[in-house]
Amino acid sequence: MATAVAPQQGGLFARPTAKTGWWSWMTTVDHKKIGILYGVTAFFFFIVGGVEALLIRAQLATPNGEVLSPAVYNQLFTMHGLTMIFFVVIPMGTALMNFLLPLMIGARDVAFPRLNAFSYWVFLSAGLFMYSAFLLGGAPDGGWFGYAPLSLDPVTDGMTYYSLGLQIAGIASLAGAINFIVTIINMRAPGMTLMRMPVFVWMTLITSFLLLFAVPVIGVALWELMFDRLFGANFFDPAAGADPLLWQHLFWLFGHPEVYIMILPAMGIVSEVLPAFSRKPLFGYPAIVFSGAAIAFMGWGVWAHHMFAAGLGPVANSAFALSTMFIAVPTGVKIFNWIGTIWGGSVRLTTPFLFSAGFVSMFIIGGLSGVTHSIVPHDAQQTDTYYVVGHLHYVLFGGSIFGLFSGIYYWWPKVFGRLLSEKIGKFHFLLMLVGFNLTFMPFHILGLLGMPRRQYYFPANRGFEVWNLLASIGAFTIAVSILVFLYNVAVSRKKGEAAGADPWDARTLEWMTTSPPPEHNFDAIPVVRHRDDFWYRKYITTPEGESARVFAGGAASDEEQHSSEAASDEPPSSSAEGASDREPNTAGAAPPESSSEERPHAGASAEEQGHGIHLPSPSYFPLLTAAGMPVIGYGFIYSPILLAAGAVMLLVGAFGWVLEPPAEEA
Amino acid sequence: MAAFALSACSTDTPQSVLQPQGEFARKADALWDITFAIAIAVFVVVQGLLLYAIFRYRHKPGREAAQFHGNTRLEIAMTIIPALILLGLAVPTVATVFDLAAEPTGADVIHISVEGRQFWWRYDYTDLDIVTANELHIPTGQPIDLSIEGYDVNHSFWVPRLGGTQDVVPGRTSRLTLEADDPGTYLGQCKEFCGLSHSNMNLRVIAHDPGDFEQWVSDQQEPAAAPSDSLAAEGAELFVNGAADAQFAGGPSCASCHAIEGLDGAVGIIGPNLTHFAARNTFAGAIFQNNESNLRAWLANPPERKPGSQMPNLQLTTGQIDALVAYLQTLE
Repeated sequence: MATAVAPQQGGLFARPTAKTGWWSWMTTVDHKKIGILYGVTAFFFFIVGGVEALLIRAQLATPNGEVLSPAVYNQLFTMHGLTMIFFVVIPMGTALMNFLLPLMIGARDVAFPRLNAFSYWVFLSAGLFMYSAFLLGGAPDGGWFGYAPLSLDPVTDGMTYYSLGLQIAGIASLAGAINFIVTIINMRAPGMTLMRMPVFVWMTLITSFLLLFAVPVIGVALWELMFDRLFGANFFDPAAGADPLLWQHLFWLFGHPEVYIMILPAMGIVSEVLPAFSRKPLFGYPAIVFSGAAIAFMGWGVWAHHMFAAGLGPVANSAFALSTMFIAVPTGVKIFNWIGTIWGGSVRLTTPFLFSAGFVSMFIIGGLSGVTHSIVPHDAQQTDTYYVVGHLHYVLFGGSIFGLFSGIYYWWPKVFGRLLSEKIGKFHFLLMLVGFNLTFMPFHILGLLGMPRRQYYFPANRGFEVWNLLASIGAFTIAVSILVFLYNVAVSRKKGEAAGADPWDARTLEWMTTSPPPEHNFDAIPVVRHRDDFWYRKYITTPEGESARVFAGGAASDEEQHSSEAASDEPPSSSAEGASDREPNTAGAAPPESSSEERPHAGASAEEQGHGIHLPSPSYFPLLTAAGMPVIGYGFIYSPILLAAGAVMLLVGAFGWVLEPPAEEA
Repeated sequence: MAAFALSACSTDTPQSVLQPQGEFARKADALWDITFAIAIAVFVVVQGLLLYAIFRYRHKPGREAAQFHGNTRLEIAMTIIPALILLGLAVPTVATVFDLAAEPTGADVIHISVEGRQFWWRYDYTDLDIVTANELHIPTGQPIDLSIEGYDVNHSFWVPRLGGTQDVVPGRTSRLTLEADDPGTYLGQCKEFCGLSHSNMNLRVIAHDPGDFEQWVSDQQEPAAAPSDSLAAEGAELFVNGAADAQFAGGPSCASCHAIEGLDGAVGIIGPNLTHFAARNTFAGAIFQNNESNLRAWLANPPERKPGSQMPNLQLTTGQIDALVAYLQTLE
């Protein structure tokens, strides 16, 4: 990618210069490229986790299934859960946050670009480390919840990989969380007050705080598990007097906020998509923001509802029942506000809208079944049955994954400059909605009929057959819908319609810049005067409460910024538009003329080098530092030599990071 | 959904939580009925509003979106109304939580210590001096006080039609009350993932009329009879002392792990007590019918029949299996 001034060459810690090809991706610190890396990687893991799910459903399609051995089955359901949670839903949200956050708040990048790259490489390292266990004696097989003392079972190294791999993944989450928090607090465009921020940015902020506080809790638990497994510590061993409930408390004290870490970004996406396609401001913006914060706050007080059968006693069970019930209130507030957003609008049933409506719809079911868990005496019946599996998939698939697909369809044209096919997209949505319900609605029934979770087979004559078969058919339907999505991507890459800057007539700042955006995001940082600022650059609200276009020429889709980054199919128009007619309908960044004060280094070549705007230079060291971590992990399991090698990589990476020259050093 | 639920009830569903057969399962089910009705009502209203809004306000030429940002009164109402509904659910829930947690009292309450182990259940009738496995015999019409003890890893004791769930946590003792209305066999199984054969850790509760239960108790309190035929006697010998051949000299015998009252030397405590093994309908975590062919297959290679089984493959010869099966079948 372009840099302002050619980096200093030579020297031990020279900065990389590749602008295209593999090295440019491996050394990039551009939040947009990192966002794409996150997205592609998370989608790859989505396919892997999906294949695991299909194997599970193949095994459970018929009674006494013999597709998988119990040992393999246990690894698959464990890795399916870990993958979907830690390597799909969270990083897919992170992908969107990475790409969009600076654009939505009018910034040029995140606060710590190299730390951002580091987060990605650590996340990738953690995923590859965990999966390498399949080839090295056996993947984790004690469930994603890893209850001790079963997780201390030394038969395979699987749960050691679990304890180390999740610690590595946690480092990625922590670094990312800190980066996003600092970015949001410090790098908003002038006029972008907190209460003018897009809701997706708000949810990113809240999610980041949740991660910041939740990850250390599981970090402690994993650290202790690691010590139990590797060094014979006795944190969780009941034979040595430990109380295994300690693990359960630590795990769920992280685990329940984790649920909100996965759902809040999707709620943010929906809160962007519904207004855009209803052509209305979000109904009750403050209520949506504060209910998000309330959910995050209350989310710390509900963890023991995962332990209603653990024997905590009636007082604790009642207290957690009440907190679990009342967390439904802010959740309900959000749902009503989304309906209020659609109400009175002019609704365009586009693919992103459909996925968002699907999210709300499925989340209503998942939310209601969640309330039934707070009915402690009945929860004792349904806990650890397929009823819970049904519930959690309505929240995390019907919720998070539908929300993420909504975001993918909505922002795809911004990221790649081409539209996805609406026709194929709608087919994808329909197939996924049907497949999803066919899979997970029967799970509720199976649970109520008494089928426990985590069973590698189910016996005949319990009334389970037909529901399991339906669920398996549904699972394969979902798989087909994902193939349809991939086909859509392929078609779009090959001959997708050029998107233009603002294909949806949207509301937020990211649509002001070109699609895909230039490396420096905006030629001039926009000055924000409203919530939904871009909308109010395009429209005014008449006294009758309707919107009217401010200026006929202001349609953003007609606008192209002059930029070397514009997609080739989208010839940049000249920046001939004068500055005089831009206010108040500055539908697009101000022309370059007005940004002269931002161009201290402007020289002859500035035009093709990102307008002379200072941007961080690429670096090798985030990758090197991150790559040291799994090596240390292997070292703990196999050999002190690897441990030392990993430590050297990490130290060299860290020192290189500190000592490498800023690129524009003369 | 309703059609699904109906058809689900019409088939044979022995583990359904929707068909309670005892006092404690019924209390949970009563709460479920209220909650489910409310949930369905809320679902219909909210989903209806969503779909109505989408189709009523879908884009048509000439439609302009009304530009409003919120409605404070409406927003307060939609915060308070769900809170009130939930409060309505909270009251009976908390009442039932305390109700179910109360320890049953009275002279006739039967106390049983339940221990979950990889991958079977051990029952100790502490007042009656009976130790058995997997099949829990109880009298009908009276609360049974179960004390749930941890042993190796987490398990969870669950008999859906009779009552809730209680996790088995190593190092802790919890309690659970069960009651059955009518005589019969009620299926249950371990619900907390516990390893390779989690799926093979079943249990059953066999409820008797009080008179029949008395009979069962007195039968169980008898020690095992000495074997009368020679093959069975050979089996008993093998059980205690192991095989005399070189391979097993000094090695484990059945009695290293299993106890049989009335058989000298058979006092193992790792595996199930087998005193009245032949009176049981099932064995090995209640997954196999107790008959000769299953027993033979089991003795020939337990870990193959039940992955992760703690009982090792003892490399028994056919002759040894003959003798052991003959002996085990005398243990009425």
